[in-house]
Amino acid sequence: MSDRNQNERNNKVVVPIGPQHPSLKEPGSFKITLDGEKVERAVVEIGYNHRGIEKACESRNYIQALYIIERVCGICSHAHTLCFCQAFEELAGLEVPRRAHYIRGIVGELERLHSHLLWLGVAAHEIGFDTLFMYTWRDRELVLDLLARIGGNRVNYGVNTYGGVRRDLEPELMQDILHVCDLLEEKLKYYADLALTETTLIARLKGIGVLTPDDVRKYSAVGPVARAAGIEGDVRVAEPYGVFKEIAVNVITDDHCDVYGRTLVRVKEMLEAIRLIRIMVAQIPEGPISVRAPRKLPVGEVLSRVEAPRGEDIHYIRSTGTDMPDRVRVRAPTEANWHGMSHMLEGFQLADVPIIIAAIDPCYSCTDRAIHLIGDGINQLTDWAQIRALSIEQYKSRGIDPGSIKVREF
Amino acid sequence: MLLSIFNVLVFPGLLFLGAYSFVLEFVDRKVYARMQSRKGPPWYQPLADMLKLIGKKVIVPRNAQKFLFAALPTVSLAAVCAAFLCVPVWGATAVTAYQGDLVAVLYLLTIPTLCHFLAGYNSHEVYSTIGAFRTLTQMFAYEVPLFMAFLSPAILAGTWSISGIAAFYAVHPLYTLINLPVFIVSLLTSQSKLERMPFDAPEAETEIVGGALVEYSGRYLAYFRGTAIAELTAIASVLAALYLPFFTGIAWLDFVLYLAKTFVIVLMMVLLRATMARIRIDQTLKFFWSILTPIAMLQMIVNLLLRGGLGL
Amino acid sequence: MRKKQERPGGLAGLAIKNLFRKPATQVHQFGEEGIQKGYRGKLLYDPSSCINCVMCMRDCPTGAITIKNFGTKEDKQMHAYLNMGRCVFCCQCVDTCPKKSLSFSSDVLLASFTRESLEIEL
Repeated sequence: MSDRNQNERNNKVVVPIGPQHPSLKEPGSFKITLDGEKVERAVVEIGYNHRGIEKACESRNYIQALYIIERVCGICSHAHTLCFCQAFEELAGLEVPRRAHYIRGIVGELERLHSHLLWLGVAAHEIGFDTLFMYTWRDRELVLDLLARIGGNRVNYGVNTYGGVRRDLEPELMQDILHVCDLLEEKLKYYADLALTETTLIARLKGIGVLTPDDVRKYSAVGPVARAAGIEGDVRVAEPYGVFKEIAVNVITDDHCDVYGRTLVRVKEMLEAIRLIRIMVAQIPEGPISVRAPRKLPVGEVLSRVEAPRGEDIHYIRSTGTDMPDRVRVRAPTEANWHGMSHMLEGFQLADVPIIIAAIDPCYSCTDRAIHLIGDGINQLTDWAQIRALSIEQYKSRGIDPGSIKVREF
Repeated sequence: MLLSIFNVLVFPGLLFLGAYSFVLEFVDRKVYARMQSRKGPPWYQPLADMLKLIGKKVIVPRNAQKFLFAALPTVSLAAVCAAFLCVPVWGATAVTAYQGDLVAVLYLLTIPTLCHFLAGYNSHEVYSTIGAFRTLTQMFAYEVPLFMAFLSPAILAGTWSISGIAAFYAVHPLYTLINLPVFIVSLLTSQSKLERMPFDAPEAETEIVGGALVEYSGRYLAYFRGTAIAELTAIASVLAALYLPFFTGIAWLDFVLYLAKTFVIVLMMVLLRATMARIRIDQTLKFFWSILTPIAMLQMIVNLLLRGGLGL
Repeated sequence: MRKKQERPGGLAGLAIKNLFRKPATQVHQFGEEGIQKGYRGKLLYDPSSCINCVMCMRDCPTGAITIKNFGTKEDKQMHAYLNMGRCVFCCQCVDTCPKKSLSFSSDVLLASFTRESLEIEL
């Protein structure tokens, strides 16, 4: 209360952006303290999209858990399944055939294309450039139709399975992939040209949301956010996996350190993805597409990481020898990018807030993982059993007894 | 007497203004959609929107003054309708034409902006206050270039009446080419007055959810939206009369020419709207004061010298 | 890239060209499928080849499919029930079935007005 009186005395206003706001695609709360139009303080609160994914995986067997992991995020679903399958295959000691690596690589780069096109449209909408929004989403439809033919669904295409992939690519489909790549390359070159010359776009994006290389290291930012500050961090080069052990990737960096740099990095990454798809389609070998995978994993723990469209995605599995995982931990790339958010928002204007938030390409669904209890003498990270006990206590204090409900077992 | 009542109420007065502003709004939305390779709304969409809004319930915020809440939309709509009566619709004749009606029209068209600001301030809500202040800030930006741009052709023509200016340029059409720079200035300042892209900051949907009119609903919102589209028609008509001088003298042909001229002006405004992003409010101020105002001032001086030099 | 000249309204050429082209909106008639071959839709079941191993039930991520034998072990009468509210259309059951009794069609028009009618028999 005293905080608000203090604000009123100094003519400052607290604008709540979220949880429901036209600029946010998913719920998240940003309380911005304004002085005129300048942002003085930003309080970031996320966690509205917590669904209990990790708990759901720990009470299912590995085959069921794969589809739960796929639905962590709709846009980067292939990256999550790829990471999980890689972790499983490493612990089980499976040797995935080369053709499966290539198919995974093609789908992964197509996913990068459609994710960056979606981001370009959303960013254009945040700064009021609706025409570019419509154009990029129209081009994204080409990629989504292709992914539907490869996988069977436009998003959450279940292409990966333990030991390889589930569907094969026919030669006709590969010709269509090359045709779509040609169409898209022409359009992407036009957007890259537009990003470099359109005055209103540059005026809105330059100098906003600055994150210097020291800040990137301090706040542990990953992905295009880090690459826009000149830091060459890309998992496909640092720790090559799958098809990237055979094909070299050019890491795209930029020196602008702001939202404009992130835009340029993403547009150039799209052109690089098209180049990689062409190489992969030309060099894809014949052979089987999967090997048989066991149902149980040996005892051990494994960590694996891939380069999702938003940055570095890490999965951790601990197994105690059964066919259900003991502990699954998903660290999505957006989780690492949130820490610098209040630092990035301060000092800029209210009109810049939506585009700064959109520039890290936040995937709120990917992010919400752990539960951090604050208040009433508790300030700790808890685990499932403690949370369940705490919530049963709370309900009992209101007269309801949920302790008699059995937790569903599969 | 009966004829003047007919002129004021039906043609070319209020009923014609209402019907034609729906047509121009449809053209605006359809061409905007086609430029984005979308289909766009059907021809009756603006009328349907207005009817739907009139039928909805009005919710007045608790902290707002009820009388002001209800009066502001009505006043702004009335001001725009009064401004339209001075605009020549066919040839060089308007419903009421008198010396100085150009200045009167510009002043009447300022009233909707002030009502917009008061409506936002009256709602006592965070987003609407920010939107209201942005409206006022933008008015400080474009008022000076707007007045200078609209008055430059008047200086060259030597009369302060819109119909008189139209008649002058109909006789000497080549002098319009002198006014070309200030035509661009007046297009940009009108775009800013109507709060359309790229000068959309007072009504930025992704930042302040809807600007000054966030708390408005029902028929009051319908009146404000009616003001916006009637303002578009009025400003397009004024621009057509000042800068596009083609007359033949035959009454109905001039009317068709008037329709074509306003259509062209609206097309140019839609092109501006579709091809640029929204710029921030401080960038708007800088742009108007550092680039457009000097151009307009220069044009005014050139026109004054020409008028004196040519001895017209 | 060499420094290019900054100018506003660079999109204007493409915008005017698009004004005269057909819009990119595709009209989708109700009932027409218009979707790609191999799109995952409703499941199809062949009772004659099913051996009641219930591996599909064990591998379904959401517990949507149920197999019941109304006859005896020698004289099987197999029935399969699918809860479409729970099904995520991943088709893992199709891959898991050892006798290939399950397959998928491209039928995606599966909405209904009541929750009960989402539980169907295959």
